[in-house]
Amino acid sequence: MIDITIKGDKITIFMEGVLDDIKRINLPAQDLKGKKIHLLADQIDSWNTPFVAELYGILKNTPKENITFESLPNGMERLLKLAFQTGNTPHTNTNKRLGFLERVGEKGIIFCRSVKKGCIFIHQCLISWKRQLMGKAVYRSKDFWLVLADCGPKAILIVALISFMVGLILAFVGALQLKTFGAQIYVASLVTIGMTRIMGAIMTGIIMAGRTGASYAASIGTMQVNEELDALQTMGISKTDFLVLPRMNALLLSMPILILLSDIMGILGGCFVCVLFWDIPLAEYVKYAINSFDMTNFLVGVFHGMVFGLVIAFCGCYFGVNCGRNADSVGTATTKAVVYGIVWMIVMTGLITLACEMVGI
Amino acid sequence: MNQNPIIHVEDLAIGYDDNTIMKNLTFDVQKGDIFIIMGGSGCGKSTLLRTLTGLIPPQNGQIYIQGVEMGEATNSQRLEIMKHMGILYQSGALFSSMTLGENVALPLQQYTKYTQNKIRDIVAFKLALVGLAGFENYYPSEISGGMRKRAGLARALALDPEIVYFDEPSAGLDPISSKNLDDLILQINKSLGTTIIVVTHELPSLFAIGKNSIFLDKTIQTISAKGNPKELLKNPPNKQVYEFLTRGASHEKRTK
Repeated sequence: MIDITIKGDKITIFMEGVLDDIKRINLPAQDLKGKKIHLLADQIDSWNTPFVAELYGILKNTPKENITFESLPNGMERLLKLAFQTGNTPHTNTNKRLGFLERVGEKGIIFCRSVKKGCIFIHQCLISWKRQLMGKAVYRSKDFWLVLADCGPKAILIVALISFMVGLILAFVGALQLKTFGAQIYVASLVTIGMTRIMGAIMTGIIMAGRTGASYAASIGTMQVNEELDALQTMGISKTDFLVLPRMNALLLSMPILILLSDIMGILGGCFVCVLFWDIPLAEYVKYAINSFDMTNFLVGVFHGMVFGLVIAFCGCYFGVNCGRNADSVGTATTKAVVYGIVWMIVMTGLITLACEMVGI
Repeated sequence: MNQNPIIHVEDLAIGYDDNTIMKNLTFDVQKGDIFIIMGGSGCGKSTLLRTLTGLIPPQNGQIYIQGVEMGEATNSQRLEIMKHMGILYQSGALFSSMTLGENVALPLQQYTKYTQNKIRDIVAFKLALVGLAGFENYYPSEISGGMRKRAGLARALALDPEIVYFDEPSAGLDPISSKNLDDLILQINKSLGTTIIVVTHELPSLFAIGKNSIFLDKTIQTISAKGNPKELLKNPPNKQVYEFLTRGASHEKRTK
């Protein structure tokens, strides 16, 4: 039972029986201003911390000299005194809550700063490229080979599998439509043109953004957490030389090869569906696929892939280098590297398609 | 007193973006000194170290290293100064993809034209100096925290720097490893004449090695005491310094 008696400026809170988390103290904190609180207990059967926490929540703004204890269970009194030991003015968050316009302005400033940071990073990358061409860039060839192995041979299986499946889906969906015109055989052309022109590059790009871009951001971000980037900077070694160049070079080199593989696997996937499900003879499929293969389409696909390689490496390295100094920031950097990598890949696809249209390719 | 300090800091303000952590910092570090930057947690010791080493720009004031004002230094002057400066980071900051030997060799490859054999000899020698002879082919993940710090020190010493900065060298080390590292710092200072700047709040460490110090006071956002740590303990200039150097002993009791 809890009984509250108010006499003038003295409030007595009488407690007895079972004091647990179900018990409520009906005393608004604001009513206690300037009052003396007397906590009185008698025959307490049991009590628990949630009850004491509620009591503290009500009393926390009362000066501790205004609170007196009488016959409280030893543990309960000690616990309350401990909570009040640092004074009873709990720290209040002084951060002002921003209004709508201020928040919009703040976001705008953050956006402008990140655009500026991005431009500075691109500038540093270009300087490193220039230094590389002049043979002055500082990075270890061993690092380049390690990164190349990671984003080349180790990515073959996943790229091959996904591209095969995409070719398969493309052929299946395409054939369903073309069948209504009795033109299933053109599935071979559909898959060949689709894969070589853009699908091979996009699928490879998305796989590499998720696989390699994320890995770049995570590894460089962890270096930031471990102060390795600071160590590089104070050794006078350029971060873009040492970390970004080998990664960009490796992706630039491996993307065309992976795209070639992706194209072949996609066409094979289409072949699988056509031969097994749509009863198109293998020789017919091969003939139509070869006839519809166009070198320009293939080269446009490879060009897309190289641009995607640059975008993925840039996003991975940029978010890694600008990562915060805790584990959570590494996760954020990794996510951003993948999301921005894919978004910028799609933007670049649009731009390249537009440029190809204008040139007439 | 030497009139040409190796580091001269004048009216320095440090912080991140618009947030000033410390201001009006003026102090000198003499050549061959072991200089302690001390203060409570979060007072800006590491930020001051990052500013001194050029990792973050000062908000105000000047830093002169070997007579060169860092804000006005050309790129080549800055590189020359970096060449003469080694840093041991809190975590050791070894590159995890490289062996200890490769880590120590990196600054040598960057700044010297030594042959591979010569570099290999120097690396073996520097690792031996910090008690890690024969550990060239180990990766940082294969050794203990104390050994990683020693290896980080070997890398910091690779170019025979004139100034070596230590950021919380005792952090994360057991008392014995911490003492061994203090002994190593003293030996390096004594044998090589290296100027050493240590950021720490470890009392045994700062009393054992410190020749000079500054105390950064969070409440007034500037230096509230300068001098030898032991002298500061004998004659504390204020309550904060006394409480810090005595692990929170009551200043009032002392003054009674």
